[in-house]
Amino acid sequence: MFEIRIHGRGGQGVVTAAEMLSIAAFEEGKHSQAIPSFGSERMGAPVVAYVRIDDEPIELCEPVMSPDLLIIQDPTLFHSVDVFSGLAADGFVLINTSREVEELHIEEVVQRLPEHHVATVAATELAMRHLGRPTPNTVLLGALTALTDVIHLSSVVKAINDKFSGEVAERNVSAAQSAHDEAHAA
Amino acid sequence: MLQQIEGSAAVAKAVAMCRPEVIAAYPITPQTHIVEGLGEMVKRGDVGACQFMNVESEFGAMSTCIGSAAAGARTYTATSSQGMLFMMEAVYNASGMGLPIVMTVGNRAIGPPINIWNDWSDSMSARDAAWIQLFVEDNQQALDVHIQAFRLAEAASLPVMVCMDGFILTHAYTRVDVPKQEQVDQFLPEFQPRQVLDPEAPVTMGAMVGPEAFAEVRFLAHYKQLEALDLIPEQAAAFREIFGRDSGGLLKSFEAEGKKTVVVTMGSVIGSMKSVLADMRAEGTSIGALAIRSYRPFPSEALRAALADAERVIVFEKSLAVGIGGILAGDVRMALGGLPARVYSVIGGLGGRPITQDNLRRMFDKGVRDELEEPHFHDISMDVIRRELERLKTMQRPGPSAESILRDVGLADTARTI
Repeated sequence: MFEIRIHGRGGQGVVTAAEMLSIAAFEEGKHSQAIPSFGSERMGAPVVAYVRIDDEPIELCEPVMSPDLLIIQDPTLFHSVDVFSGLAADGFVLINTSREVEELHIEEVVQRLPEHHVATVAATELAMRHLGRPTPNTVLLGALTALTDVIHLSSVVKAINDKFSGEVAERNVSAAQSAHDEAHAA
Repeated sequence: MLQQIEGSAAVAKAVAMCRPEVIAAYPITPQTHIVEGLGEMVKRGDVGACQFMNVESEFGAMSTCIGSAAAGARTYTATSSQGMLFMMEAVYNASGMGLPIVMTVGNRAIGPPINIWNDWSDSMSARDAAWIQLFVEDNQQALDVHIQAFRLAEAASLPVMVCMDGFILTHAYTRVDVPKQEQVDQFLPEFQPRQVLDPEAPVTMGAMVGPEAFAEVRFLAHYKQLEALDLIPEQAAAFREIFGRDSGGLLKSFEAEGKKTVVVTMGSVIGSMKSVLADMRAEGTSIGALAIRSYRPFPSEALRAALADAERVIVFEKSLAVGIGGILAGDVRMALGGLPARVYSVIGGLGGRPITQDNLRRMFDKGVRDELEEPHFHDISMDVIRRELERLKTMQRPGPSAESILRDVGLADTARTI
């Protein structure tokens, strides 16, 4: 089973990202589950969502405690939430930032993970360019497909088209595609 | 057709395929997505001639449902938590009048302290309201059991609640098999009301009944519920014939047969329990589980038969009768009267506290060693409670405990802003 935890803030599309990831996994013939951990739905409040992907039906319904992949939609969360809690020894981390990994003061985490398992992408900037609004979620999903082969870009594109339609879908697809191209491993 | 959708969307699709004629509902988290979805489908014309009635409150919702069901229309609503409390007088009226309304309960805690997350306080508050209450374990069952609920309600002329864990199921995206409309039509005949307002044959629904006949009318309510104990497995069998799936029924065994220790529970938590119990069995512990699917009527005989040889029963529930302990545990004890099994009451998951495989394993390990207190509160911090009790004892004006406990656990900002 591959477990994913997404951290972000209310308004960034954290829950939608988890739902799209589960749809993308479904498109690949896998079993998957997306569960949100809702607080009161306030803009800016920390939000967490969980995704599980497996070849077998998934029965457990607890929060993801030991993620294989962390998606951090807002690195300012490093100061208030223990986002790295339980991260698997060979886990992946994908961070939305325009800065380099070295500037984020997370050497301790980077050092204990295998090489090329931490990646950054300037997802908010890409979202502004492609969507005209600061919702980094589909951008990060595109970048994720460059970081691991758990989910493929074509499935993310299908999931975006499942969730959105028309011009919004097209813009999100192009955002995900450019993120896939731009994502770089640290 | 297999689809990866939200639990609420699965329920909305199931309800729509049952061809309801009236839906009256008021939004409340976490059931809102269900009625939003249905509202959109009705507006698009996907639900035939269905009327979606916007109402001013939950009391209005259930009152409208009573009117429409009494007029002979297939009727649906959904609610949660305080919304259910607000409709409660009408909830009793619906069953007292024998009206086959189907209602989803997106199970959520009742405040104060206000809490939007999952436990069973809401539907438990209506456990004596003479509705049938069916619990589901996953979103496939949520979809399937709603289809069964309409047929059951109409066959029994009783209202049915389908109880699904809020957020854990209502908001989870999972794979579900959405049936074909023809299958649903084959399973669910056209509604032939047993109680109906008809100017050609006038009746009084909800007549006043004094001491001379009240007990008999109430006995009949009990009798009708017990009759549903036969109807529920019949519906599940008929469902399996057409849809090829095992859903519904009175209770479900997960390798409980012949085990020394049997866990009894309801709802989604069984999903997390299954592999914990499988691990324990692999290590040589004699342990299995039973999930109760029909909470009202309570399957006492089936439960007695399933637990006749058990030495120990651990009842795990997300509900608390303040002042005594577990509600489901009390029902299980009544059902098992005279049998040798020791029954432990475990209360957990209140207000959405995550139930994990780790903390379940610790509790089961204590359980099989007969070390659980009575009742046992699962995964709570006694340190926090001790500190608050001390504060209450020593301060002249201690203020609200909810706020000071939040401050204690480091969420003081939350206390101020939510």
